[in-house]
Order: sequence, then structure tokens, then C-alpha cells
Amino acid sequence: MITPPSTADYIRVLPEIVLSLWGMIVMFVEPLLPEGRSRKGLGIFAAAGVVAAIGATLYQAQPQFAGSGFYDMIRVDHFSVFFHLIVLMVALATTLMSLDYLPFQKIDHGEYYALILLGSVGGCLMSSAVELVLIFIALEISSIASYVLAGFRRHAAESTESAMKYFLLGSFATAFFLYGVALLYGATGSTNVFDIANKLNGAVHIEPLAYVAVALIFTGLGFKVACAPFHIWTPDVYEGAPAPVVAFMSTAPKAAAFAVLIRLVIDTASPHWFWVIWVAAVLSMCVGNLGAILQSNVKRMLAYSSIAHAGYLMVAFASASNRNLGISAAMFYSAAYAAMNVGAFAIITQMSGRGERYVQIDDYSGLGKRSPALAAALTFFLLSLIGIPMTGGFFAKFYVFSAALRTQLIWLTIIGVVNSGMGSYYYLRLIVRMYMYEPRTDEPAPRMHAGMAAAIALSLIMTLWLGILPNAVLHYTQGAQRVIAGR
Amino acid sequence: MNLAALNPWILTLTTFLPAAGALLIAILPRRDRDIRWFALAISVITLLLSLHLPRHYAAVAPANSGSFAYEVNAPWITSPNIHYHIGVDGISMWLVVLTTFLVPFCVLASWKSIHDRAKEFFILLLVLETAMIGVFIALDLFLFYFFWEATLIPMALIIGIYGHERRVYAAVKFFLYTMIGSVFMLAAIIWLYAQSGTFDFVELQHLISSGTLALPGQTALWLFLGFFLAFAVKVPLFPLHTWLPDAHVEAPTAGSVLLAGVLLKMGTYGLLRFNVGLFPAEAHRNAPWIITLAIIGIIYGALVALVQPNMKKLVAYSSVSHLGFVVLGIYSFTAAGMDGAVYQMLNHGISTGALFLLLGMIYDRRHNYEISEYGGLATPMPVYATLFLIITLSSIGLPLMNGFIGEFLVLSGAFQAKMIYGILAASGVIWSAFYMLWLYQRVFYGRITNPANAALPDLDGRERTVLWPLAVLALVMGVIPSVWMNSIDRSVTGVLQSSQSSWPIVRVETNTVLR
Repeated sequence: MITPPSTADYIRVLPEIVLSLWGMIVMFVEPLLPEGRSRKGLGIFAAAGVVAAIGATLYQAQPQFAGSGFYDMIRVDHFSVFFHLIVLMVALATTLMSLDYLPFQKIDHGEYYALILLGSVGGCLMSSAVELVLIFIALEISSIASYVLAGFRRHAAESTESAMKYFLLGSFATAFFLYGVALLYGATGSTNVFDIANKLNGAVHIEPLAYVAVALIFTGLGFKVACAPFHIWTPDVYEGAPAPVVAFMSTAPKAAAFAVLIRLVIDTASPHWFWVIWVAAVLSMCVGNLGAILQSNVKRMLAYSSIAHAGYLMVAFASASNRNLGISAAMFYSAAYAAMNVGAFAIITQMSGRGERYVQIDDYSGLGKRSPALAAALTFFLLSLIGIPMTGGFFAKFYVFSAALRTQLIWLTIIGVVNSGMGSYYYLRLIVRMYMYEPRTDEPAPRMHAGMAAAIALSLIMTLWLGILPNAVLHYTQGAQRVIAGR
Repeated sequence: MNLAALNPWILTLTTFLPAAGALLIAILPRRDRDIRWFALAISVITLLLSLHLPRHYAAVAPANSGSFAYEVNAPWITSPNIHYHIGVDGISMWLVVLTTFLVPFCVLASWKSIHDRAKEFFILLLVLETAMIGVFIALDLFLFYFFWEATLIPMALIIGIYGHERRVYAAVKFFLYTMIGSVFMLAAIIWLYAQSGTFDFVELQHLISSGTLALPGQTALWLFLGFFLAFAVKVPLFPLHTWLPDAHVEAPTAGSVLLAGVLLKMGTYGLLRFNVGLFPAEAHRNAPWIITLAIIGIIYGALVALVQPNMKKLVAYSSVSHLGFVVLGIYSFTAAGMDGAVYQMLNHGISTGALFLLLGMIYDRRHNYEISEYGGLATPMPVYATLFLIITLSSIGLPLMNGFIGEFLVLSGAFQAKMIYGILAASGVIWSAFYMLWLYQRVFYGRITNPANAALPDLDGRERTVLWPLAVLALVMGVIPSVWMNSIDRSVTGVLQSSQSSWPIVRVETNTVLR
């Protein structure tokens, strides 16, 4: 007997409802606006939608709404609320930084904002879904929005190339995921994450099919989080996609995919994941950092750096799969990485110039002279990416590596620490360029608009806050850890 | 006004006033003149504030000579368990004062030589001051590590932006050397935290010395080495010194002064406070090879200094030699040696700081550091020659000058520890007289060979204001060392006592192993 969903059930998907409504309104209004008229108003409207969704998430975070809803398809807990907030904050910052970027690049279309909103729906739903089919649908919503966004600079060949590559490889990867879901259903007779967990953990003999399924699912998600060896697409896609879109897709869908991974790793057959994740973590860190050293294009460099950071996050997973210690570390890392990476890409957006001409490392020479404030902000984000104390990046790394140490993953920690030492080289190279080289042109840095300033300020404040007073966030992530691990 | 009421706040105020000043400069309009005066005012106020520390130290010093004064201990971050725990003893207090004392001179020395991007320069200088003071007052390992790393970035930028021709190379080399060293320290700190759940220095010291925190097998050695590597790079101890000549030569004057005057002391301070303080048994056990490296540094640094054609490089290598004395003093594990080491840290800050200021002044005139460019400078610049001589004598340790007290104590400590240490190290004193006096002879005496030097203006009022206090202080520290030595000796005794109290435990351990 199926009862209709209760009010509480609707509140459990309130942020998604808000975002979808707003996205659809943007879609409807867009064709009504005359050609050539600025779409900035739509952008501000979309930003308001994201703020409303943040409000809905905070409302939903009250204790009486915690728990499963919609016939156990979604689950609201500390964990889902946390990832909702990451995705929404990123969406907010991206929308703000795009307000003046789009007209400047002559791609001022309202669909852009709608796609950001709908992409966030996918991201949010991924973090609260506990049903593999629903997770797949959420993954597709989020992915398809990103495919289109990657090709948004449609006059530029590299942007189209980026979208094409992303789309082809991405759909291939989601197919893997879906295949894995099907096999897991075959092996356990369920698509509910918790049911599967109970079956697998209670079973004396685990069918080989389940292992194959886990491998396939990991392949699909590994692609989304851009961890090695599923990272090949990342540099090309990040290079071609519009800079604010990279800010978005290198953080929001990635955090959401990590959320799915955490749910699956913790809840289903933890021990079987361990070596898979160990290898992926080491590979990602090494490939990412070594690759980044060789780049001359800032976007490509940060693409490789994002692979490396996916690796550090995986370190937290490897410890999570043993004793649940790493969940809070992984959550904290996702938040800190989102804050600092969005900030860095906001500045790249600001610097990029018409047609994104200025994205080489050389173009940053002497930025300290041309625009001290911009250079100082970028320096701060880069220092955070290195993991210097008093930045969010430091505590993120600290929690990850101490979780790994506490689960006796000595070698993984050593490889991670050596890698983050290696990583500091290419971030520093950019800082050195900015301060210790002469500018190549005398033209002042492009004017800063209010939206961009707000996006940078938001990222700065978040990075600094996570670096100086991590108590509140850490407390929350530990709460989530208890909720998940104790279930 | 009751100044004692300041006691709980004084360290926090002294530490963060420069950073607050830097923030204010950041929002000030870009008018170099105002910014210079403002930076000078901030650094002088910081100096005055820091003088509060020795002024009231006798009144607030705890009865236990191993404890800290002006302590503040407030929880900051719950997980990991980080406290805002600060405090000074007789050793770190004087290093704080040394820092605040040198910074105003650095501001004055940069008065005219820094004109491009002056605003950023003074921001960096003041941020650096906060970080340096922080290193000396932090009693929480995490806080310490933060300040330690925080000195790195402004200093690297000062070298890399305002330095001479090969500045970028020097800045990157400096950064990488120190960074790699400190990663190992971070690993050791995290290990300690993971085992004990605390970053607190005092607590950790207690846990380790009482044996509550067991360090099985080789663990203590590895931890010791983790800290040691970070500090040895900074000191720099032979053979990790190769970054130093580059950094010194390429840095602007203020950068060199602070690098030699304060940053190197962070290394020796760390060796004393953390390596000896936390792992006294390991420090004892490893003393022979550390002393060997220190003595090699003393002699090697002196010999290389001797043959330098570049004055700034000469002084840089002399630092390697002088800092060798400090390390030797610390690891002699005698009261005299440690007293001398701490005193020598202060001396070196003053004499080498002054030498770099002197070199900066001649560089401002001629834009050259080559010894061969000069000769007979005493004729056009008599005041400069006089001050240079006073500082030279201080640097080579002439009796009645500060250097004598420090070197004498270190050497007597070395002789007490082992005769051969003393003999070898004493030869370093002779070498240092050799290279410094030879430098002086070549630069100041004889006839003027280079016509460019004939009409060099002597020191102006600003430059004299910079140098006289340093010269006078060098003399005062040589005549009445008791002003400094009383509090230093007290804390050194504390360090020695706590390090010796760990011996019985170690003996028990070795006995069980033997059985």
C-alpha cells in the first residue's frame, strides 16, 4: 500500500524544487526578452534563486526533517545538507562572476543561468539520493547541464571541442555507472543503497558479480571526479570551457560525485573498495602534480591540479573505508577545495580578456604591479591550494592526512605529503610570475565589476574562515560522520 | 599609570601590532612618504611595547626557572586541539626584543633605497615582523609552525621583488630549502599530536620527560631528526647552508638584516627550545655529530669568507661560521656554552645586522659589493670608517665588545665538554679576525685607487641615526652583560635541568634493553 508523499517529504526536496522552478522560469523568460538586450537581470534573478535554495536547505536542516523520504529514495541528514550548501555556494559564486563575463564574451544568453540552476539540481539531488536509479538520474541532470555549459563559447573552436569531448567520454562513463547499477541489482536484488549494504555486509559469500558491479560504478564516478586513471578528459575540457563554467564544474558536480562515492563506500561493502581507492589516490596525486608542472596554460595547470586534489580527497576515502574516520575529512576537503578553486577561477575569469586570450602563465607576469589586489587574492588562493596554514587548504590537508595516519596508512600519507610538496612548485611558479617578473603589457588589469568582486569576496571569506576558525564546519562534518557511520 | 596591568596583553599586542599596521598601510593611499613614516612609527611603537617585557620580567618570572612568563593560554580550535598558547622565558624574550629592535632600522635603511612599490614593501616588512615575533613566543607547536611558515612568504617576496639581479633564483631557492625542511618538522609535529592529542609544548615536554608518552624504539630519534632538519636548514648548519649566500647577496638591505639578524636565530632557537627541550636524551646522544657539523661550519664558513671577492657574500659566509658557534654552545650541554650561545644569537643579530646596514649604505652610493672596487674609503668617509671598525671589532669578538662575551662563554663550554671541540672552535675566532680585518684593510686603508670613490659623501643624519645605536649597544653588551645574562642564565638553567632530569629514565631503558 503506497501512501502519498507527506509534506515533510516535499520539504526534503525543497531546494531541488526551488532550483528547478527558478531554472524553468529563466528558460521561459529568455525567449521573451528581445534580442540584444542584456541578460544581466536574468542572472541576478538566478542568483536570487540560488539564495532561495540556500534558504530552503537551511530550513530543511532542522532536525524534524532529517531522515528518509519519498519511499526511501532520498535522505536528508547533516551529510546531504552539507553538500547542498557546497553546490549552492559554488552556483552562487559562478552566477555572480558570469554576470559581466557573458556580455563581455558576447555569449549573453539566459540559458546559461538556467543550466547552472539545473546543474545544481542534479548536484544537490546526488548528495541526498540513496537509491541508485535516482542517483543515476541526478548524475545525468548534472552532467548534461555541464556538457552544454562547456560548449557555451560556441564561436570558439576549443570550447566546442571541449563540450564534444566531455559529452562523448562523459556519456560513456555514465553508461559504465548504469551498467554497474544493473549488475549490482542483479547481485543483490535491490537498488537501495542501504539494502545493498545490508545484503553485502551480511553475506558469507559475495558473488563475483558484485565485484564487477563495484568496479563499473567506480569507473563511472571516477570519471566525474576526474581521478586518475579516468582523468584524460580533464585538461582539454577545462582548457576549452568558459572559465566560470570551469569554476563550477571543477567543484560542484565533483563534490556531488564525491558525496555519492562516500555514501557508496561507507554503506556498501567497504573493504572491497580499499585497494581500488588506494591505487586511484596515488595515481591521481602523482599524475596531477607531475602533469601540472609541465603546463604553460593556467587553466590546464589548474585542471591537473584538480586531478591531484581529487587524489588527496581519495586519501581520506581510503581511511574512510577502514574505520569511517575519513568522512569528515573528505567533507571538509570538498568544502575547502570548492572555496579556493572557485576563487582561483574567478580571478582567471577576470584576467581572461576577450575570447579568453590571456590564459597563459606568461600573461600573469607582473600582475602584482598591474593590479595588486587581484594578485594578492590569487596568491591567497594559490597558497591555500598549496596548503599553507591559515587557509582552508591547510586544514583540509591536515584532516585528510591525520585521518590517514590514524588508520595506519603510513605509505599513503608519505606519498601524499611528498606530492603536496611537489605541488607547491607549480603554484609558486605562478606567484613568482606575478610578483617577480615585469608585466608584458602596460595596460591596466580589466575593470572589476560588482558581481565579480562579490564572487571573489565570497570565496576569500570562505577560504579564510575555513582556515582560521574551522571549528564550526568541522563540528558539522563530524556530526555527519556520526550520522553516516552510526547508521 | 600602572604598566603591570598590561602584562597579560603585552605579548599579543607586541605580536600583532605590526600586522595591524600592515593592514592599515594596505588601505592608505599610495604616498610613499606617509607610508614610510607610518611604518617607522608602527615599528618604533612595537619596540617600545616589547621593552615592557624585560622591564617587568623580574616581577612576573615564575619561580620555576623552566616556566614561562606573560603566558596566555586560550583554546582556539577544538579539533585538532590547538591553543593560542604564548609566553616567553629569558631566552625568547630577548629574541623578541632583538626582532623589534632591528625592524625600525630596516625601515630607515629602506627609506630611500626602496622607491618602486614601497607600499607593498612596508606591508611585507611589518607582516614579517609579526611572524618573527610569533615564532619566538609560540608555545603551541601548531601556532609555532604557523608563524614559522608565515615568515617564509614575506621574506621570499622581499628577496624576489626588491632584490638584485638574480633575485628570483635566490628567492625560490630560499623558499624551497626552508619549505622542504619544515615539511619534516610538520610530520613530526603531527605524529606527536596523533599520539598525545596535544600540541602544547609545555604539556608535551612533561608527557615525554615523565615517560607517559612512550616513544618506542627509534621513534624519538626520527622525531628529533624531523625537527632538527627544519632548524638546521634555517641556521644554516653545514652542509645545508648553500641557500644562504644566494639569499643574502640578492636580498635588499632590510631583507639581509632580518635574514641574518632574526631568521637564522629562529633555527638556533628551535634547536634549543624544541630539539633540546622535547628530546633531551636524543639531543645528548646526537650531540657529537651535530657538534662536528657545527665545527666544520665554523672553520669552513670562515675559510670561504676569507676568499670572497664580494663583501656581502663574505658577511654571509661569516654568518655560517658564527652560527656554528651558537650550535656548538647549545650542544655542549653546559651552562656556560648555552648562555654563550643565546648571547651570541643576540650579538650576531646586532653585529651582522649592522654590517649589512653598512654594506647597504655603500651600495646605495656605488651599487657595487665587490671589494676590488673599493680602497681608501677612510679618507672620503671617516664616520663610515669609524662605525665600520666598531662593528668589525664587535663581530670578531674583541674584549669589551659583545662578541667577546658570547664567544668566550661558548668556547669555555666547548672546552668543558671536550678539549678538542674547544681547540678547533677557537681557531675559528682567529680566522674571523683574519677575514674581517683583511676586508677592512682592503676597503678602507691605502690610497684611493678608484676615482669613483674619491668624492663619496659621508653618512648623513638618517644613516648615523641607524648605526650609532647599534654600535653603542655592541659596546654596552660587552661591558655590562649582566643586564641580559641574568634572565638568560635563569632560563638556560631551566632548560638544562629539565634535560638532565630525563637521564635517569633513559638509563633505565638502556638497562632493560641490555638485559
